[in-house]
Amino acid sequence: MIPIQEFIQLLENEFDDLPKGTLKPETNYREIPNWSSMHALIIIAFADANFNVELNANDLRKAQTIQDLYEIIKSKLQS
Amino acid sequence: MALFQLNNCSVRAIASAVPQNKVFTKDYEYISEQERQMFIKTVGIEERRVAPSHLTSADLCYHSAKKIIHELNWDKNSVDALIFITQSPDYFIPASSIILQHRLGLSKNTIAFDINLGCSGYVYGLFVLGSMLQTGQIKRAILLAGDKSTLSTCYKDKSTYPLFGDAGSATALEYHPHASSIYFNLQTDGSGEEAIKIPHGGSRYHIQPDTFEEIEIEPGIIRSKRHLQLLGSDIFNFALREVAPNAEELFKFSSVNKNEIDYFVFHQANLLMNESVRKKMKIPAEKVPYSIRKLGNTSSASIPLTIVTELKDKLNGNKKLFLSGFGVGFSWASCIVDFNSVTIFNLIEMD
Repeated sequence: MIPIQEFIQLLENEFDDLPKGTLKPETNYREIPNWSSMHALIIIAFADANFNVELNANDLRKAQTIQDLYEIIKSKLQS
Repeated sequence: MALFQLNNCSVRAIASAVPQNKVFTKDYEYISEQERQMFIKTVGIEERRVAPSHLTSADLCYHSAKKIIHELNWDKNSVDALIFITQSPDYFIPASSIILQHRLGLSKNTIAFDINLGCSGYVYGLFVLGSMLQTGQIKRAILLAGDKSTLSTCYKDKSTYPLFGDAGSATALEYHPHASSIYFNLQTDGSGEEAIKIPHGGSRYHIQPDTFEEIEIEPGIIRSKRHLQLLGSDIFNFALREVAPNAEELFKFSSVNKNEIDYFVFHQANLLMNESVRKKMKIPAEKVPYSIRKLGNTSSASIPLTIVTELKDKLNGNKKLFLSGFGVGFSWASCIVDFNSVTIFNLIEMD
């Protein structure tokens, strides 16, 4: 698994309207400005395309922060 | 394993009809301006067609079929089968295809029935009629596919309301002893039942007092049990998980090389979802047409509608198409079919 900083950079690329450096490991991703369910779909597509990992609705519900998302993806990669 | 090779069946013509009435995402004031922009960029839908109350999916298919019969100069007595793929029939009973047999003036010897499928339905319909035609015991058939999905959505549900457009289509199929084979891969997973569902109105939960009670599921998502529910992330994961492997299996089975395909026509579900699938399958963008921007998600009509609006002038001569429908059920299917001088009619617009 790539380091979290790299993970954040990749994720920020998916959100065109988000200034670089906005996301931190502790950022609650639902507090991204103008957060909507479409951002959730972008995160699902991101996890699939970059890590071949499926993030389901439950995973997204459980995760609060970017760090949480990172850990979920990491644990799925290891299992 | 639902892999099939059908012979002796060729596609002759496709027509499609939509309502004239346009509804624009930019006017959907229930959500914020930023959300509208995000929706257009991500889901890809700028506008869609919404049928007025007098116009049903059967009407849209009727006009498509009438066009085909007239323009191909088909004797009405020569149509042996009429199948209508729909989840918005005119009535619970009788099946709309049966009413349409009479309305179109087809003979009493016509096989007619409806198939209750949505996004995957066009490919399933080709399979069912192709199976009948390949025996040579019927010679001509019309596949109707269409839905008036806008009837089922609630304005106060941002997860469904701006997605759907209404459309109908008709595809003429013929027995042809020298036709190229059509290859199919058809799949089903009923564990996805909840992902796309209208909970009330059938016989499990018939119309009852709470059917019409509007409930807030989450902010921006208010609907009743008679409305369509969509579980976005479940559908998204389903498509990412299943569509590409289904296609790979079909290519392997058919021995057709992916590079031989001229156009890949996918069900028009959601731009982000479709593009994710396209990238997964490593297909160049220019081979994947989209009608979703101007017409929305049009359920089972989306594949023939996309062919009509996006490929009409590109299908001269012999072209190899890959078609893939996926969604409600879950149900998904793909096919590889040769289009040899198929007549594609101009889009019909109804008031």
